[in-house]
Amino acid sequence: MEKRVTFKGVWLPLLLVLPQLVITAVFFFYPAGQAVWQSLFIPDPFGLSMQWVGLGNFEYLLSDPYYRASFVTTAVFSVLVTVVSMGVALVLAVLADRLIKGSGAYRTLLIWPYAVAPAVAGVLWMFMFNTRVGVVTWYLGQLGYDWNHVLNGTEAMGLVVVASAWGRISYNFLFFLAGLQAIPRSVIEAAAIDGARFWTRFRTIVWPLLSPTTFFLLVVNIIYAFFETFGVIHTITAGGPQQSTTILVYKVYADGFVGQDLGSSAAQSVILLVVVSILTIVQFKFVERRVHY
Amino acid sequence: MASLTLENVRKSFGPTEVIHGVDIDVKDGEFIVIVGPSGCGKSTLLRMVAGLETVTSGTVSIDGRVVNGVEPMDRDIAMVFQNYALYPHMSVFDNMAYGLKIAKTPKPEIEARVAQAAKMLQLEPYLQRRPRELSGGQRQRVAMGRAIVRKPAVFLFDEPLSNLDAKLRVQMRLEIKTLQRDLGVTSLYVTHDQVEAMTLADRMIVMNGGVADQIGAPLEVYANPQTAFVAGFIGSPPTNFLAPAMLGQSGDGQIGIRPEHVRLAPSGQLTARAAYSEALGAETLVHLRGPNGGLLTVRQDAGEPIPEEGAEVSLDWDVDREMRFGPDGRRA
Repeated sequence: MEKRVTFKGVWLPLLLVLPQLVITAVFFFYPAGQAVWQSLFIPDPFGLSMQWVGLGNFEYLLSDPYYRASFVTTAVFSVLVTVVSMGVALVLAVLADRLIKGSGAYRTLLIWPYAVAPAVAGVLWMFMFNTRVGVVTWYLGQLGYDWNHVLNGTEAMGLVVVASAWGRISYNFLFFLAGLQAIPRSVIEAAAIDGARFWTRFRTIVWPLLSPTTFFLLVVNIIYAFFETFGVIHTITAGGPQQSTTILVYKVYADGFVGQDLGSSAAQSVILLVVVSILTIVQFKFVERRVHY
Repeated sequence: MASLTLENVRKSFGPTEVIHGVDIDVKDGEFIVIVGPSGCGKSTLLRMVAGLETVTSGTVSIDGRVVNGVEPMDRDIAMVFQNYALYPHMSVFDNMAYGLKIAKTPKPEIEARVAQAAKMLQLEPYLQRRPRELSGGQRQRVAMGRAIVRKPAVFLFDEPLSNLDAKLRVQMRLEIKTLQRDLGVTSLYVTHDQVEAMTLADRMIVMNGGVADQIGAPLEVYANPQTAFVAGFIGSPPTNFLAPAMLGQSGDGQIGIRPEHVRLAPSGQLTARAAYSEALGAETLVHLRGPNGGLLTVRQDAGEPIPEEGAEVSLDWDVDREMRFGPDGRRA
């Protein structure tokens, strides 16, 4: 029996997918095409004329130590955000999975931060750690630690990592919890009877069976850290101090809109486009084979 | 090898008590089957022995040692689950070796024990396969193998055959029985299938609503049910129940008489109207409507004449075959 809806003719189906196609064209293909086109030129400072430079923008970028440093910063930032948000989420999910009473309230509370927009989360953390009026800064001062992420690059990195990871924990938590609950209870019980204590069970049964979820989250979180953390960085550190939190996507903005170097900014966008394409392909290649058993 | 004793075991989930004090004494090497309808608490009882559920009150002891507070891994038991509960990401070999590896058994011994179990269960060609590449019967065997290799003191079976088709179930039933006899391991087996209970058990426990109604050898339970529930639950087709008034007698309670003990006769103790009959080949089941409208069943040999539908017939039986139950359902 044919269960899929089938249309006769071409026009109705075309009409139905048109809104999606228009949105994709206007907000993705057109700007992406423009970025590729612009990356081949250098505009004059007033934006009145453009000079063809071919791949000059790319050559310049790849030999630019600041740009290479930004790659390293992005790598460090992404790895930290992914590890922190997934690690904390996994611990919380394991605890929630063992919970019998009150698990509903616990879950709801854990999911809330996901509703907070990155920029708002950024402002929230910025105020808590503000060097003059921040609550946490004050307590740290009481403990004898002089917190100043405006001057200290490592502290700045730590702060944007925590702020970015915070909202992400909710998302990861949901997936991990669903993954844990998909593991048949009797398999865990069988392992317990076979002599495996909690950690052994986790290492030899739960973790392998959770691996499809973990892999999916790994890819999704890396993409998140690459692109969607702009708001957090912009509100907390604006890429500073001394570019120590300038990740690639922030550099696109900083060079293009602040530095007015539109050619270089466009070239950076193109490089990012390639990076995200590779990540997406990797994701689909492996997520296809998600089912472990 | 061990004995297993349950003393006045009770279980409550919140305010609801589901097991109301059960006493069982399993001797070393004995095969005990707990049978009952779904929801009677038989699986809960088994899970309490396994340590997967806490015991609300009473004691569970294995080989004289009270294990109420002991974790499942320290009870020296093995369990076969209804859905097999194999580790889906491990090969058959690793599934069976898992417990031994955790117990840090030397590698050559693990290999020897798994090989022996695989041979016993005819799993040798499949040792490197994953569970999903096996049929239901083979998975069942792997689950058995996983229990055997650890040489536990007690085997626990939680409806292990209910996911198999009828033919395979009969075959596996026989294999389980043979295996248990060869290994001589004390076993507790839970099922809702009375045929499994009758054929496997050294002694069976019929459970009803959280209470063990009767404990005894299968044929003894069949011939001499202690409660009306047991008489109705064990035996297929089930026992016919009659009110004493239908036979012109006084008193409450009911009279049970098994279908094979009733015969169609020219004159008898009861008249009934033939409703329909089922010819099963070797025997025929004649279903009749009694005077009060209830269904009665007569089991007779295939050669006997079958009454026409709607015909009035007389039923007769030997009085000493009657099983009399009081108003409380207990044997009078």
